[in-house]
Amino acid sequence: MRARNRELFGLLSAALLITAGFAAVFIQESGKLSNVSLIYGAIFLGLCVAGHIFIRVTLPNADPYIFPLVAVLACFGLVMVYRIAGATEARQQAQWFVLGLVLFAGTVIVFREYRKLENYRYLIVIGSILFMVLPRVPGLEAATQTQTYGAYLEIHLGSLTFQPTEFAKIGLVIFLASYLRDHRQALAEGRKVLGYRVPPLKHLGPVLLLWGIAMLILVFLRDIGSSLMFYGGLLSIIYVATQRVSFVVVGLVAFGVGAWYLGTHIPHIDSRVQAWLHPFRPSLYYAQTGSSYQIANGLFSQSAGGLFGQGFGQALLTIPGTNDAYIPLPDTDMIYAVITDELGLFGSAALLLIYLLLVARGFKAAMLARDSFSKLMATGLSAILAIQVFVIVGGVTRVIPFTGVTLPFVSYGGSSIMANFILVALLLLVSDRARRPSTI
Amino acid sequence: MNRAIVRLFAVMVLLFAVLVAFTSRWTVFSATALQNNPLNKLGFYASEKIKTGDLLADNGSVLAKAVPATGGIWKRKYPFGSLFAQPVGYSILQTGQTAGLERYRASQLRGVKTGLTSVFGSLGGSQVGDDVQTTLDPKAQALARTLLKGRTGSVIAIVPQTGAVKVMYSNPTYNDNDPQAYYDSVTACKPNPFKIGCTYNLATQGLFPPGSTFKVVTSTAALDSGKYTPQSIIDGSSPLEVSGRPLENDGDQSWGEISLTTALVNSVNTVYAQVGQNVGAKLMETYMKRFGFYSEPPLDYPASEMLTSGERLNGKLIAPTNPNVDLGRMSIGQDKLLVTPLQMAMVVSAVADGGVLMEPRLTTKVVNSDGQVVQRFAPTEYDRVMKPKTASELTQMMEDVVEEGTGTAAQLDGVKVAGKTGTASVGKSQDGQPLDDAWFIGFAPVSDPKIAVVVTLENIPNGYGGIYAAPIAAQLIKTLLAEDR
Repeated sequence: MRARNRELFGLLSAALLITAGFAAVFIQESGKLSNVSLIYGAIFLGLCVAGHIFIRVTLPNADPYIFPLVAVLACFGLVMVYRIAGATEARQQAQWFVLGLVLFAGTVIVFREYRKLENYRYLIVIGSILFMVLPRVPGLEAATQTQTYGAYLEIHLGSLTFQPTEFAKIGLVIFLASYLRDHRQALAEGRKVLGYRVPPLKHLGPVLLLWGIAMLILVFLRDIGSSLMFYGGLLSIIYVATQRVSFVVVGLVAFGVGAWYLGTHIPHIDSRVQAWLHPFRPSLYYAQTGSSYQIANGLFSQSAGGLFGQGFGQALLTIPGTNDAYIPLPDTDMIYAVITDELGLFGSAALLLIYLLLVARGFKAAMLARDSFSKLMATGLSAILAIQVFVIVGGVTRVIPFTGVTLPFVSYGGSSIMANFILVALLLLVSDRARRPSTI
Repeated sequence: MNRAIVRLFAVMVLLFAVLVAFTSRWTVFSATALQNNPLNKLGFYASEKIKTGDLLADNGSVLAKAVPATGGIWKRKYPFGSLFAQPVGYSILQTGQTAGLERYRASQLRGVKTGLTSVFGSLGGSQVGDDVQTTLDPKAQALARTLLKGRTGSVIAIVPQTGAVKVMYSNPTYNDNDPQAYYDSVTACKPNPFKIGCTYNLATQGLFPPGSTFKVVTSTAALDSGKYTPQSIIDGSSPLEVSGRPLENDGDQSWGEISLTTALVNSVNTVYAQVGQNVGAKLMETYMKRFGFYSEPPLDYPASEMLTSGERLNGKLIAPTNPNVDLGRMSIGQDKLLVTPLQMAMVVSAVADGGVLMEPRLTTKVVNSDGQVVQRFAPTEYDRVMKPKTASELTQMMEDVVEEGTGTAAQLDGVKVAGKTGTASVGKSQDGQPLDDAWFIGFAPVSDPKIAVVVTLENIPNGYGGIYAAPIAAQLIKTLLAEDR
């Protein structure tokens, strides 16, 4: 089967999945099967086919699995958001999905020669950093929602809310890929000091700068999750570029020291660590600020899921008799807990497998790419996506302290969907170029 | 660079494996521990959303039901309030406090989940609880309350052949729609939970000296073991030296040589002290255990809300063979013997049922929302206490008690009643009057017993069972037999 036909086939299964998912939720909600579920399925199928035709025309050689995998994730997310937050949010999520597709198409068309991005790398990195600190600019923070759970994550423009870090991660990957393409040789060799190769400072400088940026995000935005995600992406690219484990080790130690220092000196971060270590301590569970309520309830929810889950629509979301959420942020940060509750270990493991397949296809594109910049960019984008999943799912499952990043394509939220569609567009661009039968 | 990418991918696979491992940990390996975590209120929230079933009286009246509360949850309501508070109990989901049948039958009232509910949840509807049918009789229960006239005490009525408890009413009672007040009153009683006036179920938790009603147990052992017949002649002189102290009959009356029947009819202490000593501690223990003494009561009611009857030393049960037991005085229901009204109801219903003791029970079946019976609690034999011959001899003796002895106040027109009075001295009131626990245990009709009744009144000045308790029993028997017809 030709690549594009395989893609179409994959999309058909995604459309079936969303139809079945909506049907299940509808039966649960209203006790009857509604044709609305079919309409949703049809609309979604139409969108996917449009996307598919666009790829067929513009990126005929691109990896055939990436788009269907993204479609499965997005449609699964849509069903979960519909089930958790309701029809209004689901419609909004669907709109963002459409907007994401438009951005996807725009990226493919505008950055068809994506390697010209290299020319603007300093512009991109400075722009990304400025974009990230926007939430601290006085006029742009909404009066009511200045801090989202202790972190500065959002900017408000009129009725629109942006999470700049979602977009900035792409900019930083592009910069690093481009920078390391030029300097990786110098970084990898360096001079020998006391038996160790130490890279020359002028080449290492910008890399150290990024470490500084990660720490700055931690201090300034108080956003451990994004910081961890950026830093993980950074180390991944450096490792692939230089193939030196020592960078990774030194980098992890440096991050660990920095995180420890900040963790013990910034109350917001310290309380996250305490909640992670002792989620079931009643004094922490019932604490007014920095409580372990969210993480503990998330774990209770997961335990209710068991192997196969309680079924769609069965997880307890609001405390009976009140309007309070049982797990705060069930449709964004904690969505994984709700998924495990309703679909069980098997459902969650399947979801993680889909992410892993997507990451694998991303790495595959990187391996097939013929130039270093493409390789490093695809590696960085795939790695940062994987690490984002690890950071949020690891937080919900108590592998690491809980930090708020979104579950890509699944969590409710426009910035996440749109930014990740740009990410996928770049991956497909790399893949299409790499698989082109006769280049140059 | 490709090798590095492969290695990086391997690291990512490892990280995802950790995620799956931790998800498994919470969903499977530590799931039970998490579900039992005291902070985990998921189970409680789930039960709050279930429309629990009704507790129904024998005539179909609703004793307990679910009513909607704000926010899509249900709470329990008790239409009869304090009248049925003790058998019915209460269930407050918010605090998790439950008592009585509401506690014992909680899982049935929540409804039993059936097979196909798991994968997509219960298709098309929320879980609905099942109704539980009780044996309680609202009319007789109300009569028992009226007859007690606010005095501290307890009234129980049981159908001897099935163990069905028709009446279980005790004073003091409380309104189970407002258990907070109940809890406050319990707190007030905390130093001594058995203090008079504290709110608990006297019928199952009240420990009283049984007084002369225990002579029915002693008689059972005497007759059934073959050591005595109703006609056996024993010396009824008073006082009699028992365990080194003089034991007197009521009014220090000497009866001379009398038959066992005459001794029961007139409740002659000195005769029964000798009979008990003659039967021996071992045999007394055997018969007491057959009646249910020294065991948790077999009632379908929370075990923590029932007490075991028997000789008690410093609150702990001791066997009749224990050297601290004064066997002679135990045989007339004194010494350190403490019993619940429920235990005496089991004693009298065994005699009424030809020697077969049925387990007392408050519930008969569970009916689901479609009207189907999903569970039945069939009458269950507890023990064969005595031979049918013994039971009929004892019935005759107890009939004579009501005909011509201490229990004449229990007589009814046209119905023969068998019974035994009890008057257990418990102390003196502030103005120096002797205080007694007044008892009557009995059943009717003698020829074909339909109902067994126990009436216990606490701390009545000069409280002869024949004067205070017997008339209440008679009224109750009359009403219950009229209903039965």
